[in-house]
Amino acid sequence: MDGIALLTVFVLAVFVGYEVISKVSSTLHTPLMSGSNAISGIVLVGTIAVAAHTESTAIFVLELVAIVLATVNLVGGFVVTDRMLRMFRARGRKEREPRA
Amino acid sequence: MSENWTALLYLVAAVCFIFALKGLSSPSTARVGNLVGAAGALVAVLVVFAAERPDRLVWILVAIAVGGAIGTLAARRVAMTAMPQMVALFNGVGGAAGALVALLELAEGTSGDLAHLAVTAFTVLIGSITFSGSVLTFGKLQELVTGRPILFPGMRWVALATVAGTLAAGVWVAVDGEVLGAVLLAVLTLALGLLLVLPVGGADVPIVISLLNAFSGITVAASGYVLSNTLLIVAGTLVGASGTLLTKMMADAMGRSLVNILFGAFAGGSTLGSTTESDRPVRSAGPQDVAILLGYARKVIVAPGYGLAVAQAQHAMRDLTDELEKRGIEVTFAIHPVAGRMPGHMNVLLAEADVPYDKLKEMTEINPEFRTTDVALVVGANDVVNPAAHSAPGSPIYGMPILEVAHADAVVFLKRSMRPGFAGIENELLYDAKTTLLFGDAKESLSKLVAAVKAL
Repeated sequence: MDGIALLTVFVLAVFVGYEVISKVSSTLHTPLMSGSNAISGIVLVGTIAVAAHTESTAIFVLELVAIVLATVNLVGGFVVTDRMLRMFRARGRKEREPRA
Repeated sequence: MSENWTALLYLVAAVCFIFALKGLSSPSTARVGNLVGAAGALVAVLVVFAAERPDRLVWILVAIAVGGAIGTLAARRVAMTAMPQMVALFNGVGGAAGALVALLELAEGTSGDLAHLAVTAFTVLIGSITFSGSVLTFGKLQELVTGRPILFPGMRWVALATVAGTLAAGVWVAVDGEVLGAVLLAVLTLALGLLLVLPVGGADVPIVISLLNAFSGITVAASGYVLSNTLLIVAGTLVGASGTLLTKMMADAMGRSLVNILFGAFAGGSTLGSTTESDRPVRSAGPQDVAILLGYARKVIVAPGYGLAVAQAQHAMRDLTDELEKRGIEVTFAIHPVAGRMPGHMNVLLAEADVPYDKLKEMTEINPEFRTTDVALVVGANDVVNPAAHSAPGSPIYGMPILEVAHADAVVFLKRSMRPGFAGIENELLYDAKTTLLFGDAKESLSKLVAAVKAL
């Protein structure tokens, strides 16, 4: 894809991001950070794409490192966000989580 | 898989991410949203395997298994009080992966035009800053490194030299596509990340975490440009927007500009403040006296701060709330945007202790309520309730919007000692006639209060 098309995607995404994020409840700012953080772990897709066909072993090994890092970010981010969001409950709902 | 299918499925994943963030507009939809986001990520990863058909598939799968195991384990084990460190670390690894992927794409020799190389250099730069800055932030929060601002003689010159070197290396990469230049750039910007975070004090960490969050998103968006991958651009930009907005909110909540927060310590050390204890007289009381104050109130507002997290006192806090409510007392929580060490820190802690989120009120919503409140109970907070923000023009927190606890009929502080808060500023409210202090670890004090209220 050419640079201008990519730039178009970027600019539109800025506006979508701004619109969506400005509606996030302030109660959920920490899950917002960890959840958006998990989304940035999608760089994993990029690391796999580069690792897929490299000829050089050195590059491949470093790519594996990048894959591990990106997966930690992606998987860890979603799991920890889920753990947090499970805890939020409104008044009146009686189910209690067992204490750690 | 055809290119069109790949692009189409990436679009599906991008839409999932947007829904994930949209879900966060309310706690009732947030969890489903997060799962939709995770599903989107899964789709994207499956698509990249189908589209690229990697040569050494097994190794890649092993790397993913290792990363997944580490991530899951860390995410499940971490205590809610340690969430800021965890997020800082996850930010860091994401940034590192982005920088690495750009660097390796360059090393592959698939060099493009000037714009492409410039974005590659930028990705390495911002990703490396994110990584080293996040690791240092983690160290500060985990107390492996002191939480106070760190400055050394000539730091300003070291910083300027590093910035100059970074620019030179960046231009070298952009013009020549030189791999060595990119490595140099990575080393210099790793140093730059450290120099950025070293002078930042503990109370300003919420800003730094938000900023690094934005940086990690920008890294991913930039790497998406390098790899011509629209999904990375969209996902990274969403994260970048989120981090940027949070940073702005935090800076507004502190009444300071971002530049002042990041570089304030360089300018004159005003945020260093003092660490000395004051010997002015205060009124301290035992748990029984405070229990009487609370137990016969009609309306109590709790202002929690970082001390609640440090003492892991959220469950004891919840127990006290329950006891007071049994007596028909109205209890609400006043949440300052920068209370704790990351945006929303107090909300997560209290949610863990099962305090319903609708009892937690934002600053602007709760401030008028203090006038009709019998007791304001300040638990491990200091700067966010310090009236110096209104009355002392020379103070580093001057201009910061605060929780107006001073308007309540009585104010109770649960404090470990008379040491000033993180900004190191004296709090006049501690010496006020309507203020009572209960010294001790927040968790112990709260447990004693629970027992004392029960005994009333």
